[in-house]
Amino acid sequence: MDQAVFLFEILLPALMQGLVVTLQLIACSAPFGLALGIAVAVGRQYGNPVVSWLCKTFVFLIKGTPLLLLLFILYFGLPSIGITFTAFVASVVGFILCNGAYNAEYIRGALISIKDGQMVAAQALGMTRWQAIRSVILPQALCRAIPGLSNEFIYLIKYSSLAYMITVIELSGAGKLVATKYFTYTESFAAVGIVYLVLVSITTVAVNILEKRVAVPGTTRATAAAQL
Amino acid sequence: MDVLPVLIEWLPYLLSGVASTLGLVLVALVLGLLLGLPMALGQVYGSRPVRWVIGIYVWFFRGLPILVLLFLFWFGIFPGLGLGNLSAFVVGAVVLGLRGAAYQSQIFRGAIQSVGEGQMIAARSLGMSRLTAIRSVILPQAMRIALPGWSNEYPNILTDSAVCYAIGVVELLTITSRMVTQTNITMPVYLATAGIFIILNYGGLKVLHRLEARIAIPGFGTGAM
Repeated sequence: MDQAVFLFEILLPALMQGLVVTLQLIACSAPFGLALGIAVAVGRQYGNPVVSWLCKTFVFLIKGTPLLLLLFILYFGLPSIGITFTAFVASVVGFILCNGAYNAEYIRGALISIKDGQMVAAQALGMTRWQAIRSVILPQALCRAIPGLSNEFIYLIKYSSLAYMITVIELSGAGKLVATKYFTYTESFAAVGIVYLVLVSITTVAVNILEKRVAVPGTTRATAAAQL
Repeated sequence: MDVLPVLIEWLPYLLSGVASTLGLVLVALVLGLLLGLPMALGQVYGSRPVRWVIGIYVWFFRGLPILVLLFLFWFGIFPGLGLGNLSAFVVGAVVLGLRGAAYQSQIFRGAIQSVGEGQMIAARSLGMSRLTAIRSVILPQAMRIALPGWSNEYPNILTDSAVCYAIGVVELLTITSRMVTQTNITMPVYLATAGIFIILNYGGLKVLHRLEARIAIPGFGTGAM
């Protein structure tokens, strides 16, 4: 078969279809992963002992388990106790849990780095504890957590490929199908790899711009580190 | 069906999976160290082309999902190089190691750069060659600074090693899947494997943290800096 025909009429269209699914997986997981991360971090740091313990245990368990095993549990395991997800939903749930647990660690680190005095000051101004967390502590902490959170986002892009192992035909799955059908392993996986590299590189640039945009003058990372 | 007797019956098989998983991790960590450290030195002290080549390597291996790397090397690159008869275990361990080298090089690079430049100048002014200075002045400090970050490579590689399931390495997750198919016991088996991974994960970390405490020089730690 003509190389150009294979590339433009078979491989690329298949990869573009897969890319759409990959982007859907990421778009469905990332916002909830962030929300879960914030909830778990705040719960761990400011919740009562029971909530705090639950949040800690959640992070402990998820970080200790390979994501692929988590996906197997969600997709192959849960049906045996009567809970059935489609492969796509199972993947998204797995990514949210995993992304949330790692995000929580970064956000918690950032929460700890905000000095206690701010909470005292906010409460002295008449804010309740939750108001202080929501309007004083969290906005600053999230800014500081951006480098870690964006790292996790990039991991999410890469780990979304594991959805293929539970039958979601996303980018790498699409590449695998073409590779197997036309016996073009190196070309197909190289093409898949290039798409991931482009995705990751674009995200890296975007994240750097975001980091500069949201930086509050005088509270950049450099000065924050210098103050410690 | 009674779960416990079946689990006990399969235990030796599961343990062989644990051995295989730990084998993957060990080979990958050592390979990553052997490649990652020279790469870090190359990135800090190398000439421009050397730094450029290492930069591309790191960008490539850090930008690709482990699944795609495994597929690319297992189905494409190694057979293309005439190494098609390598076992899945070897390919899995080598790919994990090559990728680990990219991550480890960045850990070591950061550590080397955090040792003040003045130390190199001082060592040179004492008549040491660049290589001697790196070996006897910079690296002993840098390696200790790098160790906490390096320890985190262990859980990363451990959890990623499960993806080797995709190319047919007979490791813990593969054996778990077989067990699920053959015994028809699903959740208890998956949860048992999750438990094993969690034990391996935090047990290994504990050993590494003990090692960190052991080789730390009093008054010279990441805490004191």
